[in-house]
Amino acid sequence: MEHGSFTDNSAATFSLTDEDHTIANAVRFTLNQDPRVTFCGYSIPHPSEARVNIRVQTTGDPAREVLKDACQNLMLMCRHVRSTFDKAIEDFKASNAVKAMKIDSQDSSGDDSEESE
Amino acid sequence: MAEGVGEEKKKFSIWDLPDVPMGQLPPHLELQRSRVSCNKDAPIHTESIQYSGAYASMGIDNSSRLDRFSNNFRVEVVQLNKDDMEFDMIGIDAAIANSFRGILIAELPTMAIEKVLIANNTSIIQDEVLAHRLGLVPIRVDPRLFEYLSENDQPNEKNTIVFKLHVQCKRGSPRITVKLDALKWLPNGSELVKETRNATSDSSSKPETYTYFGCSQEIIPEFVKNPIIPKYPDIIIAKLGPGQEIELEAHAVKGIGKTHAKWSPVATAWYRMLPELRIDCNCCIIGTYRR
Repeated sequence: MEHGSFTDNSAATFSLTDEDHTIANAVRFTLNQDPRVTFCGYSIPHPSEARVNIRVQTTGDPAREVLKDACQNLMLMCRHVRSTFDKAIEDFKASNAVKAMKIDSQDSSGDDSEESE
Repeated sequence: MAEGVGEEKKKFSIWDLPDVPMGQLPPHLELQRSRVSCNKDAPIHTESIQYSGAYASMGIDNSSRLDRFSNNFRVEVVQLNKDDMEFDMIGIDAAIANSFRGILIAELPTMAIEKVLIANNTSIIQDEVLAHRLGLVPIRVDPRLFEYLSENDQPNEKNTIVFKLHVQCKRGSPRITVKLDALKWLPNGSELVKETRNATSDSSSKPETYTYFGCSQEIIPEFVKNPIIPKYPDIIIAKLGPGQEIELEAHAVKGIGKTHAKWSPVATAWYRMLPELRIDCNCCIIGTYRR
């Protein structure tokens, strides 16, 4: 739900139901990073009700578009985090497997194997 | 010269500007922007300066574009065991890290026992206490293989796991402790027969049970080698004295931690900022936390 004015669409309050700090803080962070935004913040009107109000004020662009762009940026950021995380896990598992093999070879043969990295 | 006055003001878009030169902030501002200092009485600079125009008067761009984020972001795994994991995320803000933590605790689906059909319980553990304990039991199964069960759905092999528990302590024998290894998986569905009002005359049809399994869950390839069992078979559920008996059937469904904490996949998840120690030349140690 968007509470704004018909004449000036650069400032609006978006009310999201069934949401909490998890998405509101993340969206507020990405909104702040956008240079078109002059003010953005979020509030939770009542803790028992799962509703979040996000206020966006921009330098002229419609607030709806800026919010959509911020959500898109957040999605891309999370996608990048996911791929980096997966790769880091694979690298860790690979390096651990190599270490385990090196320890085995040292125990069985008794000579040091050279580390070539 | 007055030449500049005659020029036209062209409209340009903010995205067409060349990259704002990243000048350097003076060191005390850089400290304030990027470090939380732990002073003697309280930490200072705890709120992160996220606003993109915060240092605009100095000509420094505080916004973080996606490409700069992608270049600077790194993940380093410190420890990875079967049951716990620790890793460093470098280049991310506390807001996003906290969102990940919240999602880990409350919004990842798992399977947990939801309905317990008790046929017989003569133990001293009350029905609801027994059902509550069974709900908190962790089940070793991949929740991605199952679907959610909503109110209108019938419980079938795609959204329910059925367990059975039948223990009895005979008169004259010592007290027994009921552990989780007594919980048996029923891959063919429920065995308790529903009582129907009108007794049908055809006894050849299969009696109606509480679940409607189309096929057995055993034949699904993931479960052939790994049968579904609780993760820790030595958790104590109840204790029975002589002459007491428990007979029940438990149905496990998929859910998320927001509805009930039994569906939370993590024992807990937390994050902290990377600590950085700086020793002052006056030989007093100043501790800070690095964002």
